[in-house]
Amino acid sequence: MSVSRREFIGIGAVGAAGVALAPGLNLIELATARSDSEAVTSLQRWGLLIDATKCADGCSACVDACHTENGVSSHGRPETDAQWIRAAKVRDLDTGYVQTLPIMCQHCEHPPCVDVCPTGASFKRADGIVLVDKHICIGCRYCMMACPYKARSFIHEDVTDQSHNAPRGKGTVESCTLCVHRVDRGENSTACADACAAEGHRAIIFGDLKDPNSEIAQALASKPSSQLRPDLDLNTGVRYQGLS
Amino acid sequence: MKRIHYSTIDGQSTGFYLLFGILAAVVAMGLGAAYFMEHHGHHVTGMDNQVIWGTPHVFAVFLIVAASGALNVASIASVFGRSMYKPLARLSALLAMALLIGGLIVLVLDLGRPDRLIVAMTYYNFKSIFAWNIILYVGFLVIVAIYLWMMFENRMNRFTKPAGLTAFIWRLILTTGTGSIFGFLVAREAYDAAIMAPMFIIMSFAYGLAIFILVVMAAYGWTGRPLGDGVLRRLKNLLGVFVSAVLYFVLVYHLTNLYATEHHGIERFILLDGGRYTTTFWLGQIVIGGLIPLALFYSPATGKSRSMIALGSLLVIIGGLAQMFVTIIGGQAYPIDLIPGKEVTSSFFDGTVAQYAPSLPEVLLGLGGVGIALIATLLAVKVLPFLPDSLADKTVDPHLEREAAATETADSATA
Repeated sequence: MSVSRREFIGIGAVGAAGVALAPGLNLIELATARSDSEAVTSLQRWGLLIDATKCADGCSACVDACHTENGVSSHGRPETDAQWIRAAKVRDLDTGYVQTLPIMCQHCEHPPCVDVCPTGASFKRADGIVLVDKHICIGCRYCMMACPYKARSFIHEDVTDQSHNAPRGKGTVESCTLCVHRVDRGENSTACADACAAEGHRAIIFGDLKDPNSEIAQALASKPSSQLRPDLDLNTGVRYQGLS
Repeated sequence: MKRIHYSTIDGQSTGFYLLFGILAAVVAMGLGAAYFMEHHGHHVTGMDNQVIWGTPHVFAVFLIVAASGALNVASIASVFGRSMYKPLARLSALLAMALLIGGLIVLVLDLGRPDRLIVAMTYYNFKSIFAWNIILYVGFLVIVAIYLWMMFENRMNRFTKPAGLTAFIWRLILTTGTGSIFGFLVAREAYDAAIMAPMFIIMSFAYGLAIFILVVMAAYGWTGRPLGDGVLRRLKNLLGVFVSAVLYFVLVYHLTNLYATEHHGIERFILLDGGRYTTTFWLGQIVIGGLIPLALFYSPATGKSRSMIALGSLLVIIGGLAQMFVTIIGGQAYPIDLIPGKEVTSSFFDGTVAQYAPSLPEVLLGLGGVGIALIATLLAVKVLPFLPDSLADKTVDPHLEREAAATETADSATA
């Protein structure tokens, strides 16, 4: 095929325009999905909504899934074994009405564990996830003294068979990470929420509290919900419905 | 007032080496216990995810609180200008440093990662009371060391007052910081009370002085140096005031809690049906640590007896450890109120009183801290002139002799 000079210039101009514009088009795509290397922002606030009316008594699917996902194993010593999430039985002292619901780190907006941590190992990400930096945790356990939800565990002995999802280490403190490894991969779920859905209960919804179109935000907007210890004004990222 | 002459202790006697040997063994066992705990992890202790801070913290916080109180005698001399306390000031400052170091070592060796001490010194979260305390503790050691230098060096003596004042203010802030470790915790019902900071300050006065009295009596008794009855009487009377003040603060703390319905659970637990915590509170903290020492110090039958003053001081220390046990461990054993008005139970021991028993490694580590404080004091008085040759009443303060004579005349008149 022969190309005239006029045609060549035309094709060249289109090509050059394409080369110039393509990165811009790519950026538009990237703006909607965050890459691993990008910092998290406060445009999102991740959280959970737990519907106590849907949580089934005797079911431990969320607990098992969380502990499998994060490599949290038992040493057969319940007092010192770590628990990132637990199924709690809640009985009204006056009426005797019993409910079950899972309790985990509540990912507070104003986390007392972060306030008291001497080294800053306890920290809150811009997207609301409260984590422990295992590299600078000195194991003083002050965060565990400060947490009103008893959400944290101290690692009392050597850990083996770790999951690559969650590095752990003897002598440091840990708790629910809101499956941050999934969040950072752009997956919109946690192990507990998936397991609960797989059981058909759908008592746990994960999502972005700041996105008005998300399922979690819409569920919160449509029905009454509460926080654990709302009197402390910690503005938790984990909310409960049907807790009466 | 006569010029006070200070000298080092001889430190060649069998008694000295025996004491040194015993203390060294206590320290070695403490370090061994720490290694054992760190090697196996904290599951070999009585501590768990319910009782997070255990016996090491009882000893560590006691020693740290007592440290700032031990400085009081020096403060009374330098800041408030009471001449009787001046000869005691060097030992007071020494004990303050030694007790603080002992307490801090226990605290550090109990960390999950004591090897990361450097992290604690280089990464600061300035909202954390622990982070403030790290600065307050290190600052205290530096300031008291400078204060000692001003006291030791004749040319620097004129700076003793400003150095003493700085140390005094610093120690008040320091104990406020220690009390606030608990006072600022909203999560647990036994804490979250502003009164804890001033209560810790008054506790420090009592614990520190009790330790000081015992160390003075031992040092002067074992080295055969004179120690006047008048000096001991003044110290003992002052300790009585401090012990009464501690009881007052404890009373106000519990009355405040008892008035608010939401705190009835924790009050019932500590005061009525908390088992060993209730026993430790009433028997250990109140009776042994408060009422019996007061009776011993102020009863005419025992108030003048040296052995009874020593016994009373020892009981104040035991009561102080009891108070720390009730505050630190009792405060954690009582379950967190996750959902007020509801009973929460789970496999994570929600809603149940934690079962805690001190383990041997914890106790040995705690005692190791006491050993470190005492061995540091022992070595310091051997190498530097901390102790006055004589603490006889007439050397320390002529008024004391007259006071003693007046008391005796009054006594014989009554008899």
